[in-house]
Amino acid sequence: MVVPVAAADTGLLRGGHPSAGGRSARRSWRDIRAWRGIVLGLTGVFFLLPLYAALRFALENNLGHLTLAAFSAIPHTTGFMPAFLLSVRLAAVTMAITMALMVPTTIYVHVKHPKLRVAFDAITFLPVGVPPIVLVIGVLQSAPFVLKSTPYLLSLEYVILAMPFAYRSLDAGLGAIDPKTLVEASRSLGGGWLSTLWRVIAPNLRSAFLSAMILTLALVFGEFTMASIDLYTTLPVWVVSTDSITAHVSMAVSFLSLALTWVLLLALSSVDRRRFRRRVIIVEGT
Amino acid sequence: MTEMLRVSMSTQHVDVARGTSDRSARQGASVELVDLHRNFGATRALDGMSLVIEPGELVSLLGPSGCGKTTALRVLAGFDVPDSGKVLVDGKDIGHVPAQGRDMGMVFQSYSLFPNMDARDNVAFGLRMRGMRKCGRRERAAELLDMVGLTKEARKYPHQLSGGQQQRVALARALAIEPRVLLLDEPLSALDAKVRVQLREQVRALQTRLQTTTVFVTHDQEEALSISDRVCVMRSGRIEQVDVPSLLYARPATPFVAEFVGTMNRIPARSTSSGVVVLGREVPVRGNVRVALGSRVDVLVRPEELTISAVGAGAGVVMGKTFFGAVTRLTVLLDGEIMVQVDENTADAASILPGSAVELRVGAPEVMVADPKGDAA
Repeated sequence: MVVPVAAADTGLLRGGHPSAGGRSARRSWRDIRAWRGIVLGLTGVFFLLPLYAALRFALENNLGHLTLAAFSAIPHTTGFMPAFLLSVRLAAVTMAITMALMVPTTIYVHVKHPKLRVAFDAITFLPVGVPPIVLVIGVLQSAPFVLKSTPYLLSLEYVILAMPFAYRSLDAGLGAIDPKTLVEASRSLGGGWLSTLWRVIAPNLRSAFLSAMILTLALVFGEFTMASIDLYTTLPVWVVSTDSITAHVSMAVSFLSLALTWVLLLALSSVDRRRFRRRVIIVEGT
Repeated sequence: MTEMLRVSMSTQHVDVARGTSDRSARQGASVELVDLHRNFGATRALDGMSLVIEPGELVSLLGPSGCGKTTALRVLAGFDVPDSGKVLVDGKDIGHVPAQGRDMGMVFQSYSLFPNMDARDNVAFGLRMRGMRKCGRRERAAELLDMVGLTKEARKYPHQLSGGQQQRVALARALAIEPRVLLLDEPLSALDAKVRVQLREQVRALQTRLQTTTVFVTHDQEEALSISDRVCVMRSGRIEQVDVPSLLYARPATPFVAEFVGTMNRIPARSTSSGVVVLGREVPVRGNVRVALGSRVDVLVRPEELTISAVGAGAGVVMGKTFFGAVTRLTVLLDGEIMVQVDENTADAASILPGSAVELRVGAPEVMVADPKGDAA
């Protein structure tokens, strides 16, 4: 069969010389990967360098020798345990209030008024843009009298601060399971609201719950301004105040606090990724 | 993945309340929707809908998107409240009964299995809500899974099942509670064509066996016509016609039904004192239609009601042929402007070639005048 000369210019025949196009595609893919590597590397340096500096400072003594003295001194340093325990208590209360408020609200919005999700998205983002002093005064004015003289006042402030993170975690979790249909399916089978929430919705939001709680925990263990304004010595306030006395111990605590949050978040994402990978493998094998 | 569907021949039936087998288990309930109205803002989802469904009957609600069929089903299920009107089950008004108390099983369009439970626990969920003991509900779940041919998949989670399998588990779950009414909200629309046909046959087989009153919502006319005892065609929140599938096709009550169900041609005609003249022949008009004498109208004629003959000076030109086995569908351009579909015996159609001139005749004893708005689906 004779191939007309004009056909040599068709896409079909052009497709018959893959080497040139393939080479250029491979090169551009290499370029993208290289750029991606550079950006990731720079981000990593930006994130890890201060951590490395903090760790190095915490590990070095005044003579420049590496030692774990600062870390082992943490529990015995004046004021650490009360500050740490206060932060733990505040974290527990904040997490409890946040989950008690945000879980039903987010589920309600998803199931009953999905169109309000956009409005809720905007509302829950407000605390990020409001100065801490305004939040502190607002909470102080509206909090019950019995709370005003207790450190738990801070929990109410932290609940507001944690709202954007908690809402987004729960919103993402609910977005992945179509809660409206699940609730209706459960109700058509005789499930009441409580049993539906407990047996159907909550078990499918485990990751979202965990993520919301870890972010809240991280916030409580990192928030300085509000605690300082309210004159309570939480862990971050203690770290700052101790910095001028025992800077190495202060840095060791900061490092541990950050590392703990980081490890928790990494553990959460790796659990999620492993679950996703298992699902993909099972579905592919079905 | 090939779906292996199997309907168990077991006729055993289990009384949910007692958790025991009972061959004379109760049958479906009667359902009556009385003058239902439901508005969403300015949109009238239901506009005076009334429908009576006999015990054990499978009725499909068929219509284009936005016709109100899903709203009607949701009102019946208790997920939506009508602005006015009543829902009666076995003659009792259930308007005040919440969804969880209505005793109606429902299968949803989206796979609605609980992701945290395996197939067995999904099926047993309704029984658990009714306080049945663990061993009883496991036994019942196993029976139901066997009935839909998924015994081996009992311990698999929803993400480990194909779409067809998930819907069969959903069906088993809805049937496990022995519902008074089974509600199916476009349960097959997310499945591929082959599985859809298999599953709809299985739904019908189970429904016939269990005699559960069933309301099936679909926009797929083939689905509705193939499995329903009666089909209720809806449009703009109102019922256009409720009839058995054969009559719905052969004797549509309105031009909308005629055009929505099956394939229909619109052919220009001129009105006369005794009917209309269409394709050179005077044909009586069905129903009481007021048309000015001598005015131009469109009439509705099904492809099989037209006859075709190859004539050199014919007004039509064959544009294409589609082989359907015993029948071949010819697409004819009439008078250079109207496309018409004609069904012809394949043997006779063999001699009619694309591009040849043809003449068409109406073989129907009477025709229906089309809705001038022509907004059928």
